[in-house]
Amino acid sequence: MQEALRFRAADAEVVDRAEFIEQARQVRRGAEAPTRGLSLTIRGLRKSFGDNEVLRGIDLHIPAGQSVAIVGRSGCGKSTLLRLIAGLETITAGTISFGEETRAEDVRVMFQEPRLLPWARVLSNVEVGLGRERTSPDAQARADSALVEVGLDDKRAQWPAVLSGGQKQRVALARALVSRPRVLAFDEPLGALDALTRISMQRLLERVWQDQGFTAILVTHDVAEAVALADRVLVIEDGRIAHDIDVNIPRPRRRGSAELAALEGSILKNLLQGTEDTSDL
Amino acid sequence: MSLIESLPRVRRLRFPRADGLIPWIVPLAIILLWQVACVTGFVSARVLPAPSDVALAGWKLLLSGELVRNIWVSFWRASVGFLIGGSIGFTFGLANGLSQLSSKLTDTTLQMVRNIPHLALIPLVILWFGIDESAKLFLVALGVFFPIYLNTLHGIRTVDPQLIEMGRIYGMTDGELFRRVIFPGALPSIFVGLRFALGIMWLTLIVAETIAASSGLGYMAMQAREFMLIDVVVLSILIYALLGKLADSASRALERLTLSWHPAFQKH
Ligand SMILES: Nc1ncnc2c1ncn2[C@@H]1O[C@H](COP(=O)(O)OP(=O)(O)OP(=O)(O)O)[C@@H](O)[C@H]1O
Ligand SMILES: [Mg+2]
Repeated sequence: MQEALRFRAADAEVVDRAEFIEQARQVRRGAEAPTRGLSLTIRGLRKSFGDNEVLRGIDLHIPAGQSVAIVGRSGCGKSTLLRLIAGLETITAGTISFGEETRAEDVRVMFQEPRLLPWARVLSNVEVGLGRERTSPDAQARADSALVEVGLDDKRAQWPAVLSGGQKQRVALARALVSRPRVLAFDEPLGALDALTRISMQRLLERVWQDQGFTAILVTHDVAEAVALADRVLVIEDGRIAHDIDVNIPRPRRRGSAELAALEGSILKNLLQGTEDTSDL
Repeated sequence: MSLIESLPRVRRLRFPRADGLIPWIVPLAIILLWQVACVTGFVSARVLPAPSDVALAGWKLLLSGELVRNIWVSFWRASVGFLIGGSIGFTFGLANGLSQLSSKLTDTTLQMVRNIPHLALIPLVILWFGIDESAKLFLVALGVFFPIYLNTLHGIRTVDPQLIEMGRIYGMTDGELFRRVIFPGALPSIFVGLRFALGIMWLTLIVAETIAASSGLGYMAMQAREFMLIDVVVLSILIYALLGKLADSASRALERLTLSWHPAFQKH
């Protein structure tokens, strides 16, 4: 209960900030800004796999255009929450609703594995992301511009097999972006990458998020990554949102700064405390 | 197996044109040795005729038109039997790979039938069909059916489920999912089945033609044996080997063409 109250309070504050950012974005890009994020509201969400109740009542509101990181111990249900949001699992109880009516192309997911079709060239892999608009005459041009966005336009005619892990993940990002989604959910998209590639991918993710203004939901194991990228960090424990932390650090954020480190430390402490709590139960 | 064979060679050759000739060095050397062994009398012509004698026998049969007719008959049986057995196997493989119901209905039965060696059916097939064309077609089709069926099924069942989920997320219809994800994913395995099937196709045909036929390469070899024409017997064996190699090369070429995305087939 307390937690619920706390997150509502935090919420209100964030809404304002996000709207402010959105206004700034609109001003910067002028009238030609076609994409805006969708807000997301989750009420009393439960999910069980047989007897195993993974999510035990999630209440959450994410304002349009916000970037939210979800952290928690392995097996706590982060991926399950993300898959529910993306419509890949059936809900046991509760509701998930987006601010407006959505098309299938409005919500996209990116996984830890790039999941590229090995038998399709990079460009056709990106075209897959257009969904039902795949056959439209400008499909190729749109796929091309998505590749430009992730800096891989010179690889358009390659087979995925010849790309590095980071490049494959960038193709997967281009595929997710090409339909101009309004909600983009990431399930540890950088989990399999080396440290340097991770950092450059984080910058890329931050840049496209700022450019396109979608609502971003990022599941990650890496608390440093969460505080570096997100407006807000959610900690999941025992199937509920145990902590809801605003990251009020202005962008661009300098990696390794004392502020980020302090916040990371306190979230880690929360996580560890959680471990002790459950061992007490 | 084909994947390992086509791994990039470690040592690159200086003359790329010589590359294509290297596989022929050993067969040519063997033929040369064989010829020498026969000419010097080391091997009796009653045991093994010299390559030149085999070539001469081939030339005579070619002139009489018998050779071409027999090769054509065998080739026709092989391809028609293959097409029938292969397409049925492929259809069942697809159906059982894609549909739970179809798989439950037929897979156990097919797996049981698979354990009967198809050549064990020859006496029964002769009783049914006599030494008619249909006997040979039936045996070839049956022999080809299983490798194609099993490998198509295996290919479809082992397509990466994450890719299938990806396809669904990105709104592919069932048809699109099949065309863009499932079929290309199953193709490497289907090719393994194809090459197995080609091997079995020739094997079945040789056995069937030597036992129950009145034309074809196997029949030609059996006739020659009766008249002690050992050069014609050897000739038939060599032609079988060549046809087998030809079928294998054709399937490899097709493989290389359709699997160019596969790391094992990429040009270096
Ligand atoms: N399809 C499924 N069937 C049965 N149980 C499942 C299924 N998917 C997830 N689970 C269970 O739900 C729980 C949460 O899994 P989930 O994948 O959401 O964890 P996670 O927080 O993403 O973990 P990680 O950080 O290791 O990725 C686990 O106990 C897992 O066994
Ligand atoms: Mg997970």
